[in-house]
Amino acid sequence: MNTNGRIEVKNLNFYYGNYQALKNVSMTVEPHQIVAMIGPSGCGKSTLIRIFNRMCDLIPSTRVEGKVLIDGKDIYTKDTDVVSLRRKVGMVFQKSTPFPKSIYDNVAYGLKIIGIKDHRVLNETVEKCLRRSALWDEVKDHLGKSALSLSGGQQQRLCIARAIAVDPEIILMDEPCSALDPIATARIEELMAALKDEYTIVIVTHNMQQAARVSDKTAFLMHGQLIEYNKTTDFFTNPSNKITEDYITGRFG
Amino acid sequence: MKDLVLKSFDATRLRREIWDKVMVVVLFLCAACVLFILFIILWHLIARGLSSLNPAFFTHLPKAVGESGGGMANAIIGTFVLLLLAVGVGVPLGLGAGVYLSEYAHQRFAQTVRFMTDVLNGVPSIVFGIFSYTVCVLPMKSFSAVSGGFALGLMMIPMITRTSEQFVKMVPHQLREAGLALGLPKWRVITGIILPSAIGGIMTGIMVALARVAGETAPLLFTAFGNLHYTQSLMQPIAAIPLQIFNYAVSPYSDWHRQAWAGALVLIVIVFIINIWAQYFVYSRKRWSAGK
Ligand SMILES: Nc1ncnc2c1ncn2[C@@H]1O[C@H](COP(=O)(O)OP(=O)(O)OP(=O)(O)O)[C@@H](O)[C@H]1O
Ligand SMILES: [Mg+2]
Repeated sequence: MNTNGRIEVKNLNFYYGNYQALKNVSMTVEPHQIVAMIGPSGCGKSTLIRIFNRMCDLIPSTRVEGKVLIDGKDIYTKDTDVVSLRRKVGMVFQKSTPFPKSIYDNVAYGLKIIGIKDHRVLNETVEKCLRRSALWDEVKDHLGKSALSLSGGQQQRLCIARAIAVDPEIILMDEPCSALDPIATARIEELMAALKDEYTIVIVTHNMQQAARVSDKTAFLMHGQLIEYNKTTDFFTNPSNKITEDYITGRFG
Repeated sequence: MKDLVLKSFDATRLRREIWDKVMVVVLFLCAACVLFILFIILWHLIARGLSSLNPAFFTHLPKAVGESGGGMANAIIGTFVLLLLAVGVGVPLGLGAGVYLSEYAHQRFAQTVRFMTDVLNGVPSIVFGIFSYTVCVLPMKSFSAVSGGFALGLMMIPMITRTSEQFVKMVPHQLREAGLALGLPKWRVITGIILPSAIGGIMTGIMVALARVAGETAPLLFTAFGNLHYTQSLMQPIAAIPLQIFNYAVSPYSDWHRQAWAGALVLIVIVFIINIWAQYFVYSRKRWSAGK
């Protein structure tokens, strides 16, 4: 078991122009844990996880203050290679985003472009990743079919397969189940539990039951501040903060 | 108040309904008119050209002045060659510029380029011919297929630029993010994900541009120039259907007039076939995407 995949956030401030979306956030995500992020809409959950793979760079006039370390390395230095960072820190989005390619090529594409051409290696990886994402049995007979022809839940699992194909250490998931039915959601949750021994997973969710079910630790954000970050069992049974308690008991939000 | 509104609604009901009907009829007439004009043109072409459409038309060279018979084999081939050259010039430049505008350009620069493409779109086609004459024909000291293809290709650029920019822009933002998040460099995201997603629209844009230049005569007058035999080299003058039509149409011979009509018919059919082929390409991609 490798011990890579640690995220350390130190006194992080984040600005969209003049608007401060994150305020002095500090937290550590240990390797091979599942961390759930919850909080009311607009509190900065997506912003925070997009800082971990520098997707927030894509929006002009944003600014990061503080430190974000992945495996001890600052990812906001001048000589950070964003492309290889993103290979190490994969991401799955709310809306499934299959590429307009075949099922096979969706998974293989990330490998092909880093120069892996050996068909045996590609075939093996595609099969391994589709098995890991619990999609193999459903698609093994038509890998050449368009990925867009899959159902929403299948597409989402394909996106997970695609993310793990490039061998990341961390997988970020931004509300990966919010467009899925309960059965598809359950499958993704099982999958996360199975992936945990290889990957660190950070999942944003609006579903508190989901957070309680899948995660080792839960972070609660509000107005850009990290209100509480604790072991999930303690978080939900014995919140140390009054605001957290109000939130998880549904008194607001 | 509510009563008043209801009442005036009732009072105007008849008028509204009549206007509704009138508008439908007017719009229908417009649509019918468009169809009618197209139909008349086609009918004309078929009525006058069909009689000259025999195998010889496609396989023989033009006959000498005044002699009847012969065909446009060289012009048909020439038109294909010129269109191929035009695609070679227009598609890479137009597509490249469109992608740049959509994916990279700063607002100001993009707006300037967009404005320029609109201007370019309005430039009379003969100007492209003159331009190509100046930069190709004069230095090479010869009319040539290359200079003709170049002129047509330039004409395609603004149209292709605009349509590809539009269709590339329409690709959902999430798809780009997904590509980047996978650790793909941006150019890979563009070539591997965005362009394949937008290919249908881009192809349609290219086809429209191609159809427009396929029938151009003016830009070819002093570039491709035309000839009466098969061209051996791209550096030599080459025949084209529109040129041949033009030459025949201004001649005094009725057989040539008939051949001109036939040429126009063939030109339309060629454009039609290219279009059908492109549509089929787009259609089969869509079907594949839908999993059929
Ligand atoms: N591109 C942007 N430009 C400016 N402000 C933004 C941008 N994206 C997000 N924000 C602001 O930053 C704050 C945090 O947004 P974020 O998307 O991180 O919230 P979230 O917790 O993920 O919400 P949700 O649960 O609705 O997804 C919001 O107030 C939002 O208005
Ligand atoms: Mg969000």
